[in-house]
Amino acid sequence: MRAFEDFKVGDIMEFGPVAVTAAAIKSFAARFDPQPTHLDEAARQNTILDGLFASGLHTVCMHMRLFADGILRDSTSMGSPGVEEVRYLAPVRAGDSLTLRVEIIGMRPSKSRPERGLVNFRSHMVNADDKPVLEMTATLMFGRRAAAGGKEVAR
Amino acid sequence: MTYFEDLRVGTRTEVGSHTFTADEIKAFAREFDPQPFHLDEEAAARSHFGALCASGWHTAAVCLRHIVLECHRQQAELRRRGEPVASTGPSPGLRDLKWPRPVYVGDTIAFAQEVVELRTLASRPGVGLRIARHTGTNQREELVYSVLSSTFIDRRYNAG
Repeated sequence: MRAFEDFKVGDIMEFGPVAVTAAAIKSFAARFDPQPTHLDEAARQNTILDGLFASGLHTVCMHMRLFADGILRDSTSMGSPGVEEVRYLAPVRAGDSLTLRVEIIGMRPSKSRPERGLVNFRSHMVNADDKPVLEMTATLMFGRRAAAGGKEVAR
Repeated sequence: MTYFEDLRVGTRTEVGSHTFTADEIKAFAREFDPQPFHLDEEAAARSHFGALCASGWHTAAVCLRHIVLECHRQQAELRRRGEPVASTGPSPGLRDLKWPRPVYVGDTIAFAQEVVELRTLASRPGVGLRIARHTGTNQREELVYSVLSSTFIDRRYNAG
């Protein structure tokens, strides 16, 4: 099981790809972001972008799924206190294929909860042309394998 | 949505509330965030959360739905009065997102939006950038979600 101690600053991991379909774009939008730009190829679009493209939060959720399958499954994940930043760098369209790249940029044991550690990462979703469409900087909590005093806390 | 020039820093809008059910928490988790404490009551009870709780992105997604529906209500009202409607979006991103407490089964989260900054852009004269704080607060008045979300909004002189 992957615990806090198994990460290392500078580690780079890559997962996916995930295929983006028009049906998935519209399904997410109908439930969570029902704007014409995410629902209808023919709708009047906004001033900056034309055509159907995915809700930014949909791309975030696809990122989450790749992250969960690639890193959090069979780990001591304790969730996340928050996300420093998400940047939407380019529109995600039907037919795109997105790969997740994750770099560990920092880690420290929790001061108040010695059985936990915080891992900072910067990640990108990149399309088939290797162009980044999303950048995220966020923090995750993981159980530590050995807390202060050598007591085994993560099983 | 009114035009960028019509927006005011400090305007706060209550956009609606939502009660999270176990079924929808698990369905969202299966699709986007398959971690044990979002998928299974027993595994969640053994975790530090102590009970089944929603993916943070599920809370974010339900908040977004309420923000968009409020925007649609405002647009419908403008159309009813025969006034022009500005187009909004896309968003260049978000920052300072926090999930200070879990959202558990049965929690009712009230969502709100407050305009915190309005920025004109030399690079995009047709639109302005609205930065808004979106929040979610549970039935015990505890903050469970907070984010600064940026959205491009049409400027008035850009219209027609």
